[in-house]
Amino acid sequence: MRVTFTVNGREQVADDVWEGESLLYVLRERLGLPGSKNACEQGECGSCTVYLDGTPVCACLVAAGQAEGRRVRTVEGLAEGDRLDPVQEAFAECGAVQCGFCTPGLVVQAHDLIERVGKPSDADIREALAGNLCRCTGYEKILDAVRLAAARKAAAR
Amino acid sequence: MDFLRPTTWEEALAAKADQPEAVPIQGGTDVMVEINFDVRRPVALLDLGNVAELRTWTLADGVCRVGAAVPYTRIIDELGEALPGLAQASRTVGSPQIRNRGSVGGNLGAASPAGDSHPPLLAAGAVVEVASRDGGVRMIPAGEFYLGVKRSALRPDELIRAFHLRPATGPQYFSKVGTRNAMVIAVCSFAVALHPGERRVGTGLGSAAPTPRRAVEAEEFLGRELDWDSRLDPALLGRFGELCAAAAAPIDDVRGTAAYRRHAIAVLARRTLTWAWNDHRGRRAA
Ligand SMILES: Cc1cc2nc3c(=O)[nH]c(=O)nc-3n(C[C@H](O)[C@H](O)[C@H](O)COP(=O)(O)OP(=O)(O)OC[C@H]3O[C@@H](n4cnc5c(N)ncnc54)[C@H](O)[C@@H]3O)c2cc1C
Ligand code: FES
Ligand code: FES
Repeated sequence: MRVTFTVNGREQVADDVWEGESLLYVLRERLGLPGSKNACEQGECGSCTVYLDGTPVCACLVAAGQAEGRRVRTVEGLAEGDRLDPVQEAFAECGAVQCGFCTPGLVVQAHDLIERVGKPSDADIREALAGNLCRCTGYEKILDAVRLAAARKAAAR
Repeated sequence: MDFLRPTTWEEALAAKADQPEAVPIQGGTDVMVEINFDVRRPVALLDLGNVAELRTWTLADGVCRVGAAVPYTRIIDELGEALPGLAQASRTVGSPQIRNRGSVGGNLGAASPAGDSHPPLLAAGAVVEVASRDGGVRMIPAGEFYLGVKRSALRPDELIRAFHLRPATGPQYFSKVGTRNAMVIAVCSFAVALHPGERRVGTGLGSAAPTPRRAVEAEEFLGRELDWDSRLDPALLGRFGELCAAAAAPIDDVRGTAAYRRHAIAVLARRTLTWAWNDHRGRRAA
């Protein structure tokens, strides 16, 4: 089947989509957007997190056909040209990235938290990131990065 | 595989009647896992995502009617006061991403004994509204909905439209045992709901029997013995825990042993009733 939807502000058409295929597969394999990662395909790791109509979801658990006519924003859609999003900058600065596999999902999920909650507490951050697994960093530097990004965002307001 | 996209409830019922083997999909947090892992190869997916009414809820004539596809995140944000037991249980489901998509309708459709919405639905006395094109509407009390492990009273041509619950008239609590505070399937879980007007206490057990179920004898015991104007008698509390544990019929599995589950149900039952009772007494004193 054909699926037409908006990805990072541009209309995209994917053809020959199998009806049981996930949104994640379409993004990575059909639209050439490999930013969202495929690690577990069962909602456990969060590395495939994307915005669907403004809400963060696991792209591996959305059937491609469910995205028809909807808006998707992936990690590729956060930066403006060469200017990284403040969350991405903070991750790089704080050393919150090691192998980087978990990073795109964490960045999208943290981006959403900071949009919704002005000054997130540590408990808010932990709760928001509870569905994103990282095997490398031990999470401390990820927490640092989210705190930094949130503080900068609050200062810029 | 077909991908069916009804945009109205009538269209959805017609599609299900014409093709009863079509698998409904809402949040997809159960369905897609099964497809990704090749556990299930449905002949058709019936996407309910464009049936807008399924994502709405109303409060009228003293009853809350919640559409099958309202995600957990919205139950937490919008219905925490009216349905506190269900909102507490919703907070424990998966992760934020899962709660943004997953729904009570999907939890009912899956009818897993470990589903977290079931104990609070049972304790608060929810009714499930299902319908089919040819059979019309059926209102099924939660206690009659679960028939076996992942089996429910839903017929092949039926869809779940909503569930109905009275807004809480007393304290409600849910508690769940798991290895982590997020992303856990319950080892076992328990919900309690006080109905002070009727001097009745509702219960719900999760992951402790082939189906979610009430601890009916424990409820009847409290109905007889509980003095609603006094402190909670420790002996009575202990007996309540025992009767709730006796209502369980758990199994040994990777998440825990039957003996542990029975023990934990007694602990959760005592704990949640104590929390609820403290609120009840506090409210009366205030
Ligand atoms: C990582 C992860 C963690 C999870 N953690 C939990 C947890 O902590 N607690 C918990 O209870 N569950 C958990 N789940 C399971 C799942 O999220 C829940 O069961 C959720 O409520 C399913 O809702 P859904 O809308 O996504 O259902 P879907 O996957 O869309 O559907 C589930 C089932 O219901 C049927 N169905 C859906 N809508 C209807 C309808 N309107 N009428 C008839 N049948 C219908 C489907 O055909 C399917 O059989 C988890 C899942 C994942 C992937
Ligand atoms: S790949 Fe989607 S959550 Fe792991
Ligand atoms: S940086 Fe390697 S998984 Fe997180």
